[in-house]
Amino acid sequence: MFTRRDFFTLAAATATLLGDAGRAARGAIRQEITQDDLLRFDPLGQVTLLHITDIHAQLVPLYFREPSVNLGVGEVHGLPPHITGQDFLRRFAIPAPSPDAYALTSVDFAALAKNYGRVGGLDRLATLVKAIRAQRPANTLFLDSGDTWQGSYTSLETQGADMVQAMNAMATDAMTAHWEFTYGTERVQELLEQLEFPFLAGNVRDTEWDEPVFDGIAYFERGGVKIGVVGQAFPYTPVANPRYKIPTWSFGIQENRVRELVEEARAEGAELVVLLSHNGFDVDRKLAGRVDGIDVILTGHTHDALPVALEENGTLLIASGSHGKFLSRLDLDVRNGKVANYRYRLIPVFADAIKPDPEIAALIKEIRAPHESTLSKVLGKTESLLYRRGNFNGTFDDLICNALIEERDAEIALSPGFRWGASLLPGQEITLEDVYNQTSITYPAAYRTEFTGDFLKVVLEDVADNLFNPDPYYQQGGDMVRVGGMSYAIDPSAKMGQRISDMRLLKTGDPIDPAKNYVVAGWASVNEGTDGPPIWDVVSKHISQKQVIAIPENKNIRVVGG
Amino acid sequence: MTRMDSSPHVTRRHVLVLTGAAAVAAGTGLLPSIAAADKAAVEAAIKKAVGDASTMSGRITLDLPQIAENGNTVPIGIEVDSPMTESDYVKSVHIFAEGNPNPEVASLHFTPANGVAKASTRMRLLRTQNVVAVAKMSDGSVYRETVEVKVTIGGCGG
Repeated sequence: MFTRRDFFTLAAATATLLGDAGRAARGAIRQEITQDDLLRFDPLGQVTLLHITDIHAQLVPLYFREPSVNLGVGEVHGLPPHITGQDFLRRFAIPAPSPDAYALTSVDFAALAKNYGRVGGLDRLATLVKAIRAQRPANTLFLDSGDTWQGSYTSLETQGADMVQAMNAMATDAMTAHWEFTYGTERVQELLEQLEFPFLAGNVRDTEWDEPVFDGIAYFERGGVKIGVVGQAFPYTPVANPRYKIPTWSFGIQENRVRELVEEARAEGAELVVLLSHNGFDVDRKLAGRVDGIDVILTGHTHDALPVALEENGTLLIASGSHGKFLSRLDLDVRNGKVANYRYRLIPVFADAIKPDPEIAALIKEIRAPHESTLSKVLGKTESLLYRRGNFNGTFDDLICNALIEERDAEIALSPGFRWGASLLPGQEITLEDVYNQTSITYPAAYRTEFTGDFLKVVLEDVADNLFNPDPYYQQGGDMVRVGGMSYAIDPSAKMGQRISDMRLLKTGDPIDPAKNYVVAGWASVNEGTDGPPIWDVVSKHISQKQVIAIPENKNIRVVGG
Repeated sequence: MTRMDSSPHVTRRHVLVLTGAAAVAAGTGLLPSIAAADKAAVEAAIKKAVGDASTMSGRITLDLPQIAENGNTVPIGIEVDSPMTESDYVKSVHIFAEGNPNPEVASLHFTPANGVAKASTRMRLLRTQNVVAVAKMSDGSVYRETVEVKVTIGGCGG
């Protein structure tokens, strides 16, 4: 005979078996944390800044595993955000297991994900934002550091329009950008016509006249304080992404320009100056040390989530994570043009603990409805945890590399070290939406070509220097290029050209011959005229054929040296 | 960044040097195998431009991207701090690219009538390298500034 207790146990077990941990998770997360807990905050001062960044067009809740490897070189070695796992938990005195440990680290991720459920979802974010605005209607400013319009099937299909619509509905106050630019000059201009709030990018200039393309500053008044928000787009957009999409726009860190805009804001009477940035955390930390007068930098790009505000040269640095997983709340007491006191909370957006906002939930439903049959198409199932984020290969990248090697008959595969892409838990079905969440870009051609061994090393060295150059101003903020079919060793602290060694072809175990040609398949080339099928087709076909995906731990990359 | 608002004197010869270097490097693809000038050649070129005086740091502000968006046309702005009076002015500024086949990029000549010693132009950079600027003052003193510019393959931004 079944008791009532048995029935609940069974129901929970069934939910897990069906690959929908949601019902079980809802119970677990709600026992430990409620919506009120997430909103709990003792208000301070006149201004409440709310910040999100790098949501990568994720409208609905997802899983996102934080990195287990996120190395810092040079001066930032061992400093946040370059600590992970148990070190992170110790550093910030976070007990484990706990909802915070689940949100902020990769420790026991798959197990905790089953307990605590999905994160993010724009309708959940809306609930939090609206609740805080209701509490502080005249004090709240809601800012987005960009990478908002790209990263999902619906954003690609609508060429960013779904996210413009959604962020308008969120009553966003200002944004800056990076991946937004990959829709190309014309499309960005069309979308700006639809955007109901300032798009700030003071470091973008036209190549012909060297004049600003976008506004650099917007002013707001909150709680009687005049706030100058300076926008800084990703400085290396035309280097890290296709230049041909935006041929007449020039970027760069342009530290002097930032300094000028900060001075201009002060001269205009701003008592609080905020840099809404897509520089990446280490770049912003360096910038804060060199440019005076910035009260707060709302960082983005590198997807770091820090539970505290870090201080550098009198500037508060905020790192709000990615994928809608966190909402930052920073309350500021501004006195005589200075921040006299602040209170900060990085609020994890536990999807199952938050009641979705009905207005935004309806909008998301409307956006997704025409695509529902595509989004929900099941391709196969994974036995392994699939994720991307981390300095070296993630399991989802290994899956993509396997697909490239098998479907494109290549010896070696290269896959970009993007930091975006939702995770999938062991036992979950893999849908077409999941594949697009890892591949939705406007230059998706899966090329097949030949590289010499020498050139392969050049590619690896080049990307390694973008990631591990000891001067943050030379970093592009992605992770290491993912490699399939080949193993290598890397010394992050070595000099450019000397980091990569012991490259070997996996199928033979032989060292890579610098003079020999190898058949290489890859995707996301920044060069115009790259040929090949779109990467999502390659990966989908591979998963459909395999049906069950199992990715062993990647042991092909050895980190060596200091 | 500034444009040629102070009209420095760029000779036809220097423009030819600039385009000549570009022509040599053209069509070689991502990784030209052209030999770069060695350090000694760069130092010799500097000596030729400004003489034997020892160089000091300071006064020169070089405005260059840390990473070039396009190695074929890299913007460079240069400004030298000087009163630009008859008794104290910048006579000339010379720009060198250490990693180019021909390291001499441009020589700019100023007079007090320029008002400020400030200019900008574009240059081709073959690969990641140091860009060196030297400024010769009217009293014969020489200042020197170096900035590294990366020319990358790119393509993996987060």
